[in-house]
Amino acid sequence: MRITEDTVKYVAALAKLTVSEEEQQKVATDLDRILDYIETMNGLDTDGVEPMSHVLPVKNVFREDIVTNQDNREQLLKNAPKQKDGCFAVPKTVE
Amino acid sequence: MKDLVKMSALEIGRMIKAKEITVLDAVKAQLEVIKQRDPEYHCFITVLEEEAYAQAAEVQKRIDAGELDDSPLAGVPMAVKDNICTKGVKTTCASKILYNFEPIYDATVIEKLKKAGAVIIGKTNMDEFAMGSTTETSHFGETKNPWDTSCVPGGSSGGSAAAVAAEEVFYALGSDTGGSIRQPASYCGVTGIKPTYGTVSRYGLIAYASSLDQIGTFGRNISDCAVALEVISGHDAKDSTSVSTESFQYTKALVDDVKGLRIGIPKDYLGAGLEEDVKESILKAAEIFRSKGAIVEEFELHSVDYAVPSYYVVACAEASSNLSRFDGVKYGYHSEKAEGLQEVYKNTRSEGFGNEVKRRMMIGAFVLSSGYYDAFYNKALKVRAIINDGFQKAFEKYDIILGPTAPETAPTLGESLSDPLKMYLSDIYTVSVNLAGLPAVSIPCGRDSKGLPIGMQLIGKHFGENEIIRAAYSFEQSVEYERPTAIAAEGKEDKSSGNQEEKSSPKKED
Repeated sequence: MRITEDTVKYVAALAKLTVSEEEQQKVATDLDRILDYIETMNGLDTDGVEPMSHVLPVKNVFREDIVTNQDNREQLLKNAPKQKDGCFAVPKTVE
Repeated sequence: MKDLVKMSALEIGRMIKAKEITVLDAVKAQLEVIKQRDPEYHCFITVLEEEAYAQAAEVQKRIDAGELDDSPLAGVPMAVKDNICTKGVKTTCASKILYNFEPIYDATVIEKLKKAGAVIIGKTNMDEFAMGSTTETSHFGETKNPWDTSCVPGGSSGGSAAAVAAEEVFYALGSDTGGSIRQPASYCGVTGIKPTYGTVSRYGLIAYASSLDQIGTFGRNISDCAVALEVISGHDAKDSTSVSTESFQYTKALVDDVKGLRIGIPKDYLGAGLEEDVKESILKAAEIFRSKGAIVEEFELHSVDYAVPSYYVVACAEASSNLSRFDGVKYGYHSEKAEGLQEVYKNTRSEGFGNEVKRRMMIGAFVLSSGYYDAFYNKALKVRAIINDGFQKAFEKYDIILGPTAPETAPTLGESLSDPLKMYLSDIYTVSVNLAGLPAVSIPCGRDSKGLPIGMQLIGKHFGENEIIRAAYSFEQSVEYERPTAIAAEGKEDKSSGNQEEKSSPKKED
């Protein structure tokens, strides 16, 4: 793999992270080494193998659309860093 | 009081029921030991002193009223890893981003424990968001191994493992995504079990990699682990991956009998990279099983080397998705230096997460990104299928698989942080178990030349917990449980008349 500093910027943006200029080179080297290692997977022939995301056969679990939880807005908001009028507060997003 | 804390959880439970001691006695003794030892080992992020006393009084009432007759662990103090939600009690995942988070509900496992009369005495330290194998990535500082304080306790459930080893608690909950229960159990010389995927509800477990995560138990013997696991197992409508059809009666497997049990040892688990002392202990353990009538043989498991790369792709991919919920808006840390919503997200996350967590989220974002999805993520899922297949074939011939839990004993503090890849590789024997969703237990089986504990891993087939529990119990009957040297010496000093030099007591260094 060749991870460039541009790739680092791109992945950081996807993960909603900021990587400072000073850190970029180190992060690129780290990711490069790790992805190089991950690519050793290519040594295993997987032609015709079905990808497996769950071990046990899982299927959608349905239930009746009934509200079972209580109104705990106040409690939920207690953990919010900022709140306003019973809602989570965020900076203005539309001018 | 010191003699109380070294007993097993079941023994304490029995003494409470027999009115030989009260719940308060047990809680007091445990808190005393925590106060004395935890400044050195730092197993806990939060100790719940007042709450534990209140719980003790309440549980005692329920016991006296006969409500908890069927609950062998009622009144026994225990600890919970800090990534499992406890109502009104700080649950931090050992991260700055959740430094002040107080869940408004209990995880299903906590509800079950409370119902069974457990006294939760604290929340244990861990690697940040369970990402790590040493408990050094905790925002609140590292935990030290009670066997040697210059060594790590393993991870990510290092606080739980160390607390059980240091007798700061009788049993504890951990979570295991790639070995996070079994590896610290092995480094700290205690027993840890990770059940089959779907056995224990993950509701209220703060997710790392949802298709791999399972909650399990730590104890100083397999009986304590099995009884505690029985309490927390079972279907839960709030976790759609929890299974409904199985019965979870583990205590009936606590019998000393392995006659005819077919045990396979993968040759690849004894090859390059395995410390000589560890290998010797494992082979000696195999001999014990043989002498007790089990059929033990070596076999080829195949594809062992591909488990770690596949695991890191799957785990990081799921983590990058799961951890997107930490945005500085709903709970936890919030960056003050932000203008606009995007900056709130980016600054909060950049300041709130540690390096290892960021690294894994970026790997995850990369392997899921367009252009790389097939070559990395999809490939890893195919490798996962092959690994699972290998296990299924092995279980046609064997009832359980035996091997080391980790290639080496506990490394010294700081050793792993500088080289993440080396740390990832130390998970070689544990991660494949999570990829295949199998149950596995780590039990102590000796010590290396440095005196550090060695762990043996017993892997069972899906829902084959009873076979591995039976094997672990039988093995336990042939060996003696060893307490950390410093703690065992402390006990003797208390009793000795004072004129006796302790031969095994290590010199304390500052």
